[in-house]
Amino acid sequence: MTLNSMQKNGLLLGLFALVSTGLVLGVEALTKEAIDEQQRAQTLASLNEIIPPTLHDNDLYHSCGLLSEPTLSQQPVPVYRGYLAGEPSALAVEAVAPNGYSGKIRLLVAIKPSGEVLGVRTLQHQETPGLGDKIEKQKSDWITSFAGKRLQSQDDERWAVQRDGGMFDQFTGATITPRAVVGAVKTATWYLQQNSTQLFQTSLPNCHSASEGESHE
Amino acid sequence: MSEFKTLTKQGLWENNPALVQLLGLCPLLAVTASVTNALGLGLATLFVLIGSNITVSLVRQWVPQEIRIPVFVMVIATFVTIIQLLMNAYVYQLYQTLGIFIPLIVTNCAIIGRAEAYASKNKWNYAAIDGLMMGLGFAAVLVVLGGLREILGNGTLFDGAELLLGEWAKQLRIELFSLDYPLLLAILPPGAFIGMGFIIALKNRIDAKREELQASEKTVTRARVTAES
Repeated sequence: MTLNSMQKNGLLLGLFALVSTGLVLGVEALTKEAIDEQQRAQTLASLNEIIPPTLHDNDLYHSCGLLSEPTLSQQPVPVYRGYLAGEPSALAVEAVAPNGYSGKIRLLVAIKPSGEVLGVRTLQHQETPGLGDKIEKQKSDWITSFAGKRLQSQDDERWAVQRDGGMFDQFTGATITPRAVVGAVKTATWYLQQNSTQLFQTSLPNCHSASEGESHE
Repeated sequence: MSEFKTLTKQGLWENNPALVQLLGLCPLLAVTASVTNALGLGLATLFVLIGSNITVSLVRQWVPQEIRIPVFVMVIATFVTIIQLLMNAYVYQLYQTLGIFIPLIVTNCAIIGRAEAYASKNKWNYAAIDGLMMGLGFAAVLVVLGGLREILGNGTLFDGAELLLGEWAKQLRIELFSLDYPLLLAILPPGAFIGMGFIIALKNRIDAKREELQASEKTVTRARVTAES
């Protein structure tokens, strides 16, 4: 069998691609569990930060249900429900800000049944280090400025960054990131406020059994 | 052994990827706001560089000239993805801190530069040492610049080192002075350029001084020779 050099090169490139892909897949399979575990731990830590133990006595992480709500995200999002002595006490949802500076920003938003925001945390983002990454609690207190706020109406003008006439600071050199976060938190808060009673009553499909086989994209 | 010495000298000083070749400046300037971030990216780059250098050197006989670049790119991308997955799994906090700059190691020209200029022409053990030394040279500049900017901008050193090294590293944190108004310029990108400029200037100054010294030594010896004859 004789191959000309172009065919040979093509085959060789294909072989390299195959081996590289195989290696990456192997490592991915090996690390998948650890990565999922890290993400779970982080979600749980954030959840416990914004819904203090005094506000609930049930297991928040297992209270999780999957909610299909197109205004929040294309994919079903996890909702966590906190109860205190059997009474609904807190509601949290994983929201997605699709319009970050570099891709999606995953957020966790919690409110009291009264509608007051308990707190917001950033779960995952790819914003510019040093500028947009101040939405992380570790980097800056900015994300805590949502706590205690209320949304009066769906187009509440105060819910914007200061440059747009709202009440939330932007960062030096980064307006797009906080704007995206404020927008997503506003949408999520409005949805939670409007649907809180319903969300506590309906039974949602369990997150943990459903998400086990899926990726977190 | 002399090859080893040359590689060390080349990587760390004479042909330092950051100071002389001026490669990989994008991540270098972007993540050096603190020593921890700088060290994290420096180590990640170092591992990728060693891995890609060894692999490129091992496969160099089988890779024809025409397709070497796509093969190198694939090798580098594979190593970066593997490092990214490992960091995501085992140093999650740091992974989050460095964010986009881990996948961007792929675009660090220093890595493909070494693959092309050295690893594809030399034995794997030399290629490994070249990768190690170039990586160390790059990481060293990252750490120096990171330290400089962290001190000026934050008044601290090793802030957040526990994200990279574990809980014990919390003790490493040094608070040099506390600032009511930190020097924002040092933390922002222009500060990185200015700091980098000073480091390169310092290196050139040292080189010039050494050359001057050598030159004067030479004239001295020559003078003695003429005096004798």
